[in-house]
Amino acid sequence: MTRRRTLITAQRILTQLKHDPRTIGLVLAVPAGLVGLLAWSLLHRPGQFNALGPRLLGVFPLTVMFLVTSVTTLRERTSGTLERLLTLPVAKGDIIGGYAVAFSLVAMVQSALVALLSYTVFGLHHVGIPWRSSLVALLSGLLGTAFGLALSALATSEFQAVQFMPAFILPQLLLSGLFVPLGDLPLGLRQVADVLPMSAAIRALQPNETVSGALLQSAVMLGYIGAALCVGALTLRRRQP
Amino acid sequence: MSPGVVVDHLVVSRRAHPILHGVSLRVAPGELVGLLGPSGSGKSTLMRTLVGVQAFQSGRVLVDDLPVGSPALRDRIGYVAQSPASYRDLTVEENVRYFAAMLGVEARDASRVIDVVDLNAHRHDLVSSLSGGEINRVSLAVALLGAPRLLVLDEPTVGLDPVLRERLWTVFGHLRDQGLAVVVSSHVMDEAARCDRLVLLREGRVIFEGGPDLLLTTTNSSTYDNAFVALVRSAP
Repeated sequence: MTRRRTLITAQRILTQLKHDPRTIGLVLAVPAGLVGLLAWSLLHRPGQFNALGPRLLGVFPLTVMFLVTSVTTLRERTSGTLERLLTLPVAKGDIIGGYAVAFSLVAMVQSALVALLSYTVFGLHHVGIPWRSSLVALLSGLLGTAFGLALSALATSEFQAVQFMPAFILPQLLLSGLFVPLGDLPLGLRQVADVLPMSAAIRALQPNETVSGALLQSAVMLGYIGAALCVGALTLRRRQP
Repeated sequence: MSPGVVVDHLVVSRRAHPILHGVSLRVAPGELVGLLGPSGSGKSTLMRTLVGVQAFQSGRVLVDDLPVGSPALRDRIGYVAQSPASYRDLTVEENVRYFAAMLGVEARDASRVIDVVDLNAHRHDLVSSLSGGEINRVSLAVALLGAPRLLVLDEPTVGLDPVLRERLWTVFGHLRDQGLAVVVSSHVMDEAARCDRLVLLREGRVIFEGGPDLLLTTTNSSTYDNAFVALVRSAP
């Protein structure tokens, strides 16, 4: 794996995005728009928005980046470009790393925009820790990217890749504690919920979470990101059976 | 060391379905070999094996004395796959420059190969806006990057007009004259005359190997189409 080839691949992916302004608009505007919609709908219950809003900063980047990455990577797998790349003197890590770098940058811009709008326009007053929200939102976007890279190997069409969103993201959302407090879940579900990546993101963003607790949850998310990137690299095969 | 391509008793099966049944083949440096055969005869599978992306069950496949798939071969083989392996949402130049950078060759080589395949007028156009023949030429440009020792071209002239086909066959001839081993598949039998040697495949078996003239005389035919039909009918 070389840094040069990784960065060239990241640049190529960002150039592809540049030629597709509609996708850029959707990736950046949809999460911010959804948080804005929530703020508006809870206009008369500001306390509730302050409780829910920060936690959604961990949900939206994960969901959007998962979708964007899984469809983009699947396109690479099915169009023949991935096979062509793997006939060149290129390491699998160059390709996976390129995707991770490119979409990290997108996730960074996306999470910064959502956090900025949440705190300045939508009236979020989270107790003094916008840096924490921004960091977790970024890690959440990276989680989506890493899982999108890995799971795209299971899809053979873009339709299937899109179906992984309800199959992979929604169960995590249901068990994340947003709808039912984690303590109220039945024992088996509680144990599953405790180890889900999205739960770590949401826990890190809870108002009563300590700084060390938030850092621990961030480390858990980093572990998931690393593991998913490794699985993603394993799914790239130079030789087809 | 024996440069070029050596294929001995190659057997490829996919999902227990046999594709190639013990195919053997030699391609020397400076030789242009045409791989001909009907759809489903195993041409693309053989070519994919030569570039190292197709697993095989038994046999021996060497390029420049190295087993296919060896890392040392990755900058020595230019490959045009049957599916156009280019990014539709990049321009022609962005595509070729990206592959040039991944191959580790200079950016000016990208301009050279775009010129060779006559895509200068489209260099700033998105690939998604090109015709099928033009998209194929983007893949061909990528295959010509750097200094490959072996070119494996899977139907590179499909969808091209006769003038451009003529031009590309002239390019293949020049590359052969420069000492490259060139393997070109085609289902256009008239293109057989442009090859030094022909290998005809049918249902995963070689049914003829020899020069274009020998194909005509062996089958007592006046056209390559007739010769091929005669061979297919006489094959067991």
